[in-house]
Amino acid sequence: MTSTATITLTAPPGAAPEPPAGRRWRTSLESVAIPAGAMLVALLLFGIFCGLAGASPFSVYYSIYRAAFGSWYAFQNTLIRAAPIMLCALCTALPMRLGLVVIGNEGALVMGGLGTVLVGAYWVSAPHYVALTAMALAGMLAGGLWILAVGAMKIYRGVNEVISSLLMNYIAIAILNHLVNGPMHDPSSLNKPSSFPVPDANALGNIPGSRVHFGLIYGIVACLITWVLIEHTSFGFKVRMIGGNLRAARIAGLPVGKISLLVCFLGGAAAGLAGMAEIAAVQGCANESLAAGYGYAGILVAFVGRQHGLGVLLVAILLGGILASGGMLQRQNHLSDATVLVFQGLVFLVILYSESLYGRFKFFQERTHGHQ
Amino acid sequence: MKITKLIHSAALLAVFIAGAAGAARAADKVSMGFIYVGPKDDYGYNQAHSEGCAGVQKLDWVTAVEEASVPETTAVEEAMRDMIEQNKATVLFPTSFGYFNPHILKLAKDYPKVQFFHCGGMWHDGLPDNVGSYFGYIDEAEYVAGIVAAESSKSKKLGFIAAKPIPQVLRNINSYTLGARSVVPAATVQVIFTGDWSLPVKEAEAANSLIDQGVDVLTCHVDSPKVIVTTAEKRGIMCTGYHANQSVLAPKGYLTGAEWNWSKVYADYADWVHSGKSLMAGTIPHLIRGGLKEGFCKVSPYGPLVSDQAKADADAAKAKFMAGTMVIYQGPIKDNTGKVVIPGGTGLKQTDIDLEKMNYLVEGVLGSTGS
Repeated sequence: MTSTATITLTAPPGAAPEPPAGRRWRTSLESVAIPAGAMLVALLLFGIFCGLAGASPFSVYYSIYRAAFGSWYAFQNTLIRAAPIMLCALCTALPMRLGLVVIGNEGALVMGGLGTVLVGAYWVSAPHYVALTAMALAGMLAGGLWILAVGAMKIYRGVNEVISSLLMNYIAIAILNHLVNGPMHDPSSLNKPSSFPVPDANALGNIPGSRVHFGLIYGIVACLITWVLIEHTSFGFKVRMIGGNLRAARIAGLPVGKISLLVCFLGGAAAGLAGMAEIAAVQGCANESLAAGYGYAGILVAFVGRQHGLGVLLVAILLGGILASGGMLQRQNHLSDATVLVFQGLVFLVILYSESLYGRFKFFQERTHGHQ
Repeated sequence: MKITKLIHSAALLAVFIAGAAGAARAADKVSMGFIYVGPKDDYGYNQAHSEGCAGVQKLDWVTAVEEASVPETTAVEEAMRDMIEQNKATVLFPTSFGYFNPHILKLAKDYPKVQFFHCGGMWHDGLPDNVGSYFGYIDEAEYVAGIVAAESSKSKKLGFIAAKPIPQVLRNINSYTLGARSVVPAATVQVIFTGDWSLPVKEAEAANSLIDQGVDVLTCHVDSPKVIVTTAEKRGIMCTGYHANQSVLAPKGYLTGAEWNWSKVYADYADWVHSGKSLMAGTIPHLIRGGLKEGFCKVSPYGPLVSDQAKADADAAKAKFMAGTMVIYQGPIKDNTGKVVIPGGTGLKQTDIDLEKMNYLVEGVLGSTGS
C-alpha cells in the first residue's frame, strides 16, 4: 500500500491527519483567515450594493447581525432554518468525497418525506417513540435508496451522476404530486392536495426551552458522524482514497462499488432524514410545500463547507443566518425581497473564489525544513 | 461622578418616558403585517394583495409592514413571529393558501391576542378563535370576462392555462366557460394544466401551443399571468387577465380581466379592529366572503378591442351580479363527458357548499381534470 501515501496528499485540505497543532499554526491560521477575509470582502461588496439600492450599509449590517445572531430569540430563527439545510448538504458532501457530484438532494428529501408519511400517517396507533423511530428509519431508507440508485447507475452503467441525480429531483416531485393527488390524497384537503396527516401525538417536538425542532439535533449529530467517519476511520480513509485516485484505489484492491453505494446511501439517508423532520416536525403531512428548495441550498452549503462534516455544520448555520435576516432587510431597511439572495450569492461566490488563494500567501507557508 | 451618574439616569428616564409615550400613541394605531409567497410586483396573486396593503397604508391610523417571497415552511412562522415581536403587529394577513395549516394555526395558539386573517376561506368551528378567513367569488368576474372573450374571439376558441385541477381553479374555468357560452353557444375553452402555481417556462409553452391550435383569446389561473399575457400580446392575439390588472403588459390585446379588490376587504378589517372589534369577542365574523356585489373582486376596464355589443352584454351580466339575482350554476349543467352534474331546476348559489368541492369541467371545456 505504498501508493496510499501520495493519495492522502491529494485529499482536500483539512482532510489529512494533522501533526501536533503547535507546529502547524500558520496553516491553521490560513484556514481561518481566508474564509474570514472572504466574508469581509463579501460584506463590503454587499454594502456597496445596498448603498446603490439606497440603504445605509451599516444599518443593513446591523440588521443582519440583529436578525441572525443578535439574541437568543434571533439565533433560534437561524437554527430553525439551518436544520434541514445541514442534512441536505451531507447528501452532496458525502458522495463528493468519493468524487461523485450528486445534486439530487431535493429529490431525496421529498422521497424521505414520502417514506415518513407512509409510516407515520398509516401506522397511527404506534407509541410516540416507536412511531418517531419508524418514521426516521423510513425517511432515511427512502432517501438513501433514492441516491443509492444514482450511485448504482454511475458505477454499473456509467450514467453521469450530475445529470441523473438532477433529473431524479423532478421524478421525485412528480411522484409526490401523483401520490398526494391520487393514492395518498386526503379528501378533506380540497384546494391544497395533501396526504393524510401524521397524528399530532406522533409529531416531532421542539428542543426544550426553544422553538427549534429536534431536526437540528439530527443535523448536528449527522454532521459530527460524517466528520468522524470520513476523517477519522479507516472506512473514511478508503472513501477519500477512492475520491483521490480511483485507479489507485482499484489497484489497491478496495471494493470501490460497495463503498461508493454505501456512501451514496448515507448521503441520501441524511437528506431523507431532513424530509422526515419536515413532515414530522413542520408540515404534518406531505404536499407541494415539502419541495421548498432546501435540497438546492444544501448543494451550495456542501461546496462552501468543502465537503467536510464540520464545515457543512458551520456553513449551514451561516446560511440559516443569512436567510433569517431576509425579513428584517425588508421590514427595517425597506430593501426588496431579492436582496437576501444577492447577499447569499455574494457570500458564496467570494468564499468559493477564496479557495483558490490557499497556498498563495507566503506568510501562511510553514517554515519547517521537513517535506512540503 | 455622582452627578454624571444622576444626569445619565435622568437622561435614561427621559428616554424611557418618551419611549413609553410613543408606545402609547402607537397603540392607537392598528399595526398590521402582510406576508406574500412571491414578489410584490408579480402582476398577479401577490401584487393583488400588496395593492390591498398599499390601500390600508394610506390610512394614517394604520402602520403596515410587508414581507415578500416567504415560502410555506418554518420561514413563514418566523416571519409572523418577527412581525408580532418586533413590529408589534396585532393583525396579520399571511396571504398564501399554504400558510394556513399548519403554520398560522400553530402561531395562533402561541399568540392568542393577535388576530390572523387568512385568504382562502378555510376557517371552521374548532379552530383557534383568533383566526379568521376571507375569500372572494372571483368566478363572477371570470363569468363576465368569459362573455367579453367569446364575443371578441373570431375563431370562437378560447384558451385557459391553469395551475392545478383543484376546486377553486375548476370553478374559475367553468364560470368563464359558462359566461362565454351564454353569449356564443358554440365557443370552446381549451384548458392546459401546468401542474404548479409558478412555472413561467411551461406557461409560455402552453400559451404558444394554444395559439398554434387557433386559440385567439387566452386567460389563466396561475400565480403570475405575466408570461401568458405578454406571450399573447407578442403573438398578436387577445387575452383576459387574472388576479390584478395586466393591461400595461398588453395594451392592445388586453380585453378585460378578473381582479381582486383586497384594499376594500383590508380597509374593512382595519376599520373593525380600529373600532375595537375582534374575532375573539365575536364582533368580527370568522368567515367573510363576497363577490362583485360585495366589492371583493372587480372586472378590469375594457380594452380597445372590445365591441359595444360585448360591453353591453358584459355590463348586463355585471348588473345582475350587482343586483344579486345572478346564478351561474343554474341546472341543467352537463360536464364535458356528458354526465349531468347539476340537474335541471336546481340552481347552486355562490354560497353553496357543493361548489367548493367542484371536481368536473363543464360542457364546452376541452381537457380533463386528470384524476
